[in-house]
Amino acid sequence: MWRFFHKMGSPKHFYRIAGAWIPWLTMICAGFMLVGLYQGLWVAPADYQQGESYRIMFVHVPAAWMSLFIYVVMAGAGAIGLIWHMKLAEVIAISSAHIGASFTFLALVTGSIWGKPMWGTWWVWDARLTSELILLFLYLGVIALHNAVEDKRTAARATSILAIVGVVNIPIIHYSVEWWNTLHQGPTVTKFDAPSIDVRMLIPLLLMAVAFKLFYAVVVLMRARCEILQRERNTQWVRQLAGGSY
Amino acid sequence: MNLEAHDLMCVRDDRILFEHLSFHVEPGQVLLLEGRNGSGKTSLLRTLCAIRLPDAGKITWDGEDIFKLGPEYHAHTAYVGHKDGVKLDLTAIENLTMAKGMGDPNDDISIVDALAQVDLYGFEDVPTRNLSAGQQRRLALARLLVTRAKLWILDEPFTSLDTHGIGVVEMLFANHLANDGMIAVTSHHSVNLDTTAILRINLSE
Amino acid sequence: MNTRSTSRAFTLLLRRDLTLAFRQRAEMINPLLFFVLVTALFPLGIGAEPALLRSIGPGIIWVAALLAAMLSLDSVFRSDFEDGSLEHFLLSAHPLSVLVLAKTLAHWLITGLPLLVVAPLLGLLLDLSADAVWTLIVTLALGTPVLSMVGAIGVALTVGLRRGGMILSLLVLPLYVPVLIFAANAVDTASAGLPITAHLSLLTALLALACSLSPVATAAALKISLS
Repeated sequence: MWRFFHKMGSPKHFYRIAGAWIPWLTMICAGFMLVGLYQGLWVAPADYQQGESYRIMFVHVPAAWMSLFIYVVMAGAGAIGLIWHMKLAEVIAISSAHIGASFTFLALVTGSIWGKPMWGTWWVWDARLTSELILLFLYLGVIALHNAVEDKRTAARATSILAIVGVVNIPIIHYSVEWWNTLHQGPTVTKFDAPSIDVRMLIPLLLMAVAFKLFYAVVVLMRARCEILQRERNTQWVRQLAGGSY
Repeated sequence: MNLEAHDLMCVRDDRILFEHLSFHVEPGQVLLLEGRNGSGKTSLLRTLCAIRLPDAGKITWDGEDIFKLGPEYHAHTAYVGHKDGVKLDLTAIENLTMAKGMGDPNDDISIVDALAQVDLYGFEDVPTRNLSAGQQRRLALARLLVTRAKLWILDEPFTSLDTHGIGVVEMLFANHLANDGMIAVTSHHSVNLDTTAILRINLSE
Repeated sequence: MNTRSTSRAFTLLLRRDLTLAFRQRAEMINPLLFFVLVTALFPLGIGAEPALLRSIGPGIIWVAALLAAMLSLDSVFRSDFEDGSLEHFLLSAHPLSVLVLAKTLAHWLITGLPLLVVAPLLGLLLDLSADAVWTLIVTLALGTPVLSMVGAIGVALTVGLRRGGMILSLLVLPLYVPVLIFAANAVDTASAGLPITAHLSLLTALLALACSLSPVATAAALKISLS
């Protein structure tokens, strides 16, 4: 078991193993996504308050969950990379940043689309949306810092610190924004929470959540493999892979 | 008190500058790093300072990894880099007092005496901005005298110094080595010291 | 190194930074002027109706304070980085986080404390009540140190970068949001004559958190930036 982890820590083995997993994970992800979407868009009943337009929730809510989940993974992987100098942890951390930012953006856009029929405006300063917006800036900060530092190793370590500082701040920011929102309540009460009622709505939500997690797994493995190829481009095994001697 | 390097490697911009580098420095010895510009001399010095992680290998002080020792290791070292590390708006005395407070202070010598030893007697209260480049360099080197550091790590210490200045500094080196000190230095100038105590490493090979 | 010499190093560094700032006194005015200018621009932008200004005044002043703090952040490590002194902090026999705390404290005394002195003037410009002005000063006293300390983390991460200043705002502003929310709202609530103990407790908690964690994060970031 230990040897498995030790092997995974080596970029070369990770590249091979991840490459083998990707096709399988993709298929399972596609399966969950199709079933989840079918359940959500066809099978689940219309909401008595919002009618059919609530169905975007099946994309919005899992996307929002993923945006937070990925940030935590990024910070955790960054911390592991910092403390134990594990190259692979650094790679996973930075590979996750773009995906997390994309999910955050998706959550914002779907939130905005969901809101339009309800409030008539494309944006409302709801507590959740505002928190998501700040989370997007946190992600963009990590990406910008990573791009600004030339040395890959230093970049990984710097972004790890930033991600850890961010993760500590996220609960604080979230709480403060929620608190701010209760004071400045707009005329309409926004309801971005998943309806806690019908199990027929809960199931597609959970299916989509699993599908998104698998999607993240697939994309992070793909990005990690690319990142590894770039980082290790001067090693023997990568040169052999590229099929030539330089 | 000894410094040992095991199997060091330095990579910069995808090029391996040096690898499998090992050496051992004893009290009274000088580690002289030679090589072309860009051969990794400054990187190696910064690794010896425990500022930069080696790409492979490790460095030990009395057997302990210097990166694990942290401030304890730094109490034994004094560094003068490319830049002087002095504040131009402070006087010579103020700069040196700061340097002394940052390390393991050497109370056997006063700040004024330290300045005299680098031939800055009379310039104690002059703002560093008003000193010449050579005088600023000597002020930067004076920090070596105010702490009890055993290992001096120096990057091109003779920059901006005239022949007289070089002579002054070589005297400091000789005294330090005679007191069981160690020096790790890069220099384009030839270092005028007892040749048996010098451990030369050429990074261009 | 024993604690006595470490606390001496702390005091030495604090005095050094204050001395340096004092010798370049003119520099200290800039963030202050920015603070006043930004606040003064708002009535020009949105109209000078007294009731409007009174209601959004606290928010404006706090946003201006935030921007002024951000503007002054670069000076924490810039000069030391350029003349090579910053490296010597990393090479000190004393823990880097202690030295960082000294520098951040000095920075706050030089750039944050003056904002408190000028705040009543701004309260006057925007016709804030006495209660509001007093609360403004208290929230600035609690909040600006947090801005300095959290900002120092961002500066430490970007000090070695060529265009570090540009991404500094992106890194630091999201982290400033909680302070802005609690502080601006405290002043608003005080204007309405309501108690603000909750707000002050929260701000104090943020301050305590920043004091304990940010020097460590800043030290780690400096070591990475200079490696």
